[in-house]
Amino acid sequence: MKRWIIMGMGLVVVLTLGWKMQVSMADEDDYWERTRDVAAVENPVYKQECGSCHMAYPPGLLPARSWEKMMAGLEDHFGENAELDATTATELTRFLLDNSADVVPNYRRSRKITRELPNESTPLRITELAYFRHEHREIPDRLITANPDVGSLSNCNACHQKAEFGSFSEREIRIPGHGKLDD
Amino acid sequence: MKPNNQIIVTSILLALITPALANDVVPKLLQGYRSQAAQPFSAEAGHQLWIKPFADASGDKRSCTSCHTSDPKQAGKHARTGKRIEPLAPSVNPERFTQEREIQKWLTRNCKWTLGRECTAQEKGDVLTYLNSL
Repeated sequence: MKRWIIMGMGLVVVLTLGWKMQVSMADEDDYWERTRDVAAVENPVYKQECGSCHMAYPPGLLPARSWEKMMAGLEDHFGENAELDATTATELTRFLLDNSADVVPNYRRSRKITRELPNESTPLRITELAYFRHEHREIPDRLITANPDVGSLSNCNACHQKAEFGSFSEREIRIPGHGKLDD
Repeated sequence: MKPNNQIIVTSILLALITPALANDVVPKLLQGYRSQAAQPFSAEAGHQLWIKPFADASGDKRSCTSCHTSDPKQAGKHARTGKRIEPLAPSVNPERFTQEREIQKWLTRNCKWTLGRECTAQEKGDVLTYLNSL
């Protein structure tokens, strides 16, 4: 009888430990998602269609309403014609909305972008987001617009070496002709 | 050599020296455009269109060469973003002109950007003939 009680208690301990471990692993997943910058772009159609002319920007850098507006005006896409056939446009709009900053907020940068964005504003340019401007406020023009290897702040991967993987950490910045970002 | 063998040898040689024969996407497209075009397609007319400047809304000049350079066998650069554009001539970039959907998409977008309107069947046929001839 005593043996049964001990075995029963042992079972309870094992089960409790197992459950706790599972919970803490889930927490860790959550933590990891929160601390990652934005989700990397993996959709091959998006990469091909939008990445021909510019970097395929991670959908998590703009809210859903911005992507919706952008996809509705591809004939005049910042002065360029970027129109797509209806099937591809619908597919990509769905992908962008499903992965936008306010729909998948489990990423650090997406969270901050959404938090600093007034409800009534529907920005089309990532470079005009309050959060984005704040983060880049100290970088002089000579390193960006006057730098032939960069040209514009919209050229993320000119300096952010892991931008294509959704990573924008300061440590990974290498400005062409300048090097690391100094404090 | 028997006449039969001659035909075979000639076809093999032709297939080797004419990359355009490697796929039938362009010939099929051209066939479609031909019924709507007044003149036979010409590489020279295509070349003239390639380098012809068109004024945009602010009076600045645009042409195919703005992004693709005057030599389609060279890599180009997107006029706005600066992103590299692989060469358009299939003779140096065999991936070009292998998908009809891609050709149509870019002809539509780029004619509207460059000329401010869609290209005619004649213009599309000429340009494709030019690029395929390089």
